[in-house]
Amino acid sequence: MPDLGTGEPLLRTAHQLIVENDDIASTLELPRLASRLDVIREICRHLAPYQAGERPIVGATVIAKDLTIDSLAIMDMVMELEDSFDVSIPMNVVAEVHTVDQLADTILDLRAKR
Amino acid sequence: MGLFDRHAGLLEAYRDVRTTGADPFQIRMERVLSPTEAIINGRKMLLVGTNNYFGLTFDPSCMEAAIEAIRAEGTGTTGSRIANGSYSEHVLLEQEIAEFYGKKHCMVFTTGYQANLGVISTLVGQGDHLLIDADSHASIYDACKMTQAEVVRFKHNDPSSLESRLRRLGDKPGNRLVILEGIYSMLGDSAPLREFVDVCKKYGAYVLVDEAHSLGALGETGRGLCESTGVLDDCHFIVGTFSKTLGAIGGYCVSNDPDFDILRVTVRSYMFTASLPPSIVASVRQALRVVKARPELRTQLWDNVATLYDGLAAQGFKLGPEHGPVVGVHLPDRMTAVGFWRAMLDAGIYVNVAVPPATPNGVSLLRCSVCAVHTREQLEHMIEVMTGIGRQLGVISGTPKLRVVAGSR
Ligand SMILES: Cc1ncc(COP(=O)(O)O)c(C=O)c1O
Repeated sequence: MPDLGTGEPLLRTAHQLIVENDDIASTLELPRLASRLDVIREICRHLAPYQAGERPIVGATVIAKDLTIDSLAIMDMVMELEDSFDVSIPMNVVAEVHTVDQLADTILDLRAKR
Repeated sequence: MGLFDRHAGLLEAYRDVRTTGADPFQIRMERVLSPTEAIINGRKMLLVGTNNYFGLTFDPSCMEAAIEAIRAEGTGTTGSRIANGSYSEHVLLEQEIAEFYGKKHCMVFTTGYQANLGVISTLVGQGDHLLIDADSHASIYDACKMTQAEVVRFKHNDPSSLESRLRRLGDKPGNRLVILEGIYSMLGDSAPLREFVDVCKKYGAYVLVDEAHSLGALGETGRGLCESTGVLDDCHFIVGTFSKTLGAIGGYCVSNDPDFDILRVTVRSYMFTASLPPSIVASVRQALRVVKARPELRTQLWDNVATLYDGLAAQGFKLGPEHGPVVGVHLPDRMTAVGFWRAMLDAGIYVNVAVPPATPNGVSLLRCSVCAVHTREQLEHMIEVMTGIGRQLGVISGTPKLRVVAGSR
């Protein structure tokens, strides 16, 4: 598992490629498929402000427990990720997700099902 | 693990709040004197945090109606609407609310909380899709926990955020139900309802609007945001409460759907709780007549909103985005908010303090709610007090700003 908490400059992520709320967007595939690493990077970018002490944020980080983020902020982050990766993650699915890895896999699964 | 261990985090935050010497969540109204004044801690206080938008809690005609009803029919119904708790007056009240909205059906609930909880969780089920505004009231969030439908949040007051979520559903089967509020309870802002309705129409979604804080306040005849934005016919369900503008307690839902009445035997928060007592039904029926007969209360309310909002804005306070009967004052953090609240109490003014996790985006707020019967002097006094405290706490600078904000009538 790469250490993703080092603040290295982000590569281009799907987040920057989406044409939001444009009717055309629905007919276009994302210019590039989001890789698992892209998704993890984007999640870590959102979680960075909630890092507890020096402990890096990694795939196994338990979002609600190992970080200083509260449940409302988690839901708000999910809303941002939904738009970055053009998927919707129902609240009951979010409730089952605990780690960064699980969140990334959920996003990738939902993208694959589209 | 002890039963209360899971609340350790909250307990700590709550302790923080209480160390200031007064507990904002355990304020005791020793005696309520009028819609705008009460005795708290042995002192007369100005009330600017009671959701009593038209001041009808002490309206003589509403009080008389309630007293008469108690004499005629007793203090309570001791039963639910589907058993012994449906009196002629409950049915008349339902007819009057339906008529007020020009809708065919109305169901009355014992609280607005139960109306949202029961109606929303029952309208959608397995395989359906419920889309809610991120800043929705707790009663809406609780309904989400009770339904089998898939629930997705969209960004607050952002029709394009709703649209991308409806678009993503594509041709998935299942009904789509979108939940909006007329006026949001923390910052007093209104939904861009017409734009939302256009999106819902495009994707064939049903619309439910909670007019809890907008009943009476918005619209030519006080029917709320649905009326003021001209989309009454496009809103499939309107929910509201008797606990704010109408000065009592209770909730309702109106609709034109021909099968609406099936909810009477499916919504559990309607079926398994006692119905409203006769006195409440009577005072609410009268309050609705007052709302219809006295449109000047609406004018007074918005004049008062302008006085308070513009006065605070001119002093440099950061407020909610637009004029509304709720004026939310942003403060930098929880402790400043509680300190500010406490200083106001010391100065004889009661407002609400709202801190995370009860607020959107983790903001800390003083939540003021304006009443049509506040006097200009009361509100100007409040602005003066808040300006003084704001400067002492370093929340605002010493020099007032000029700022003009559009009204939202
Ligand atoms: C937006 C909203 N909906 C519903 C309710 C519930 O109303 P009631 O007090 O009738 O339970 C409230 C009030 O707390 C509210 O602010």
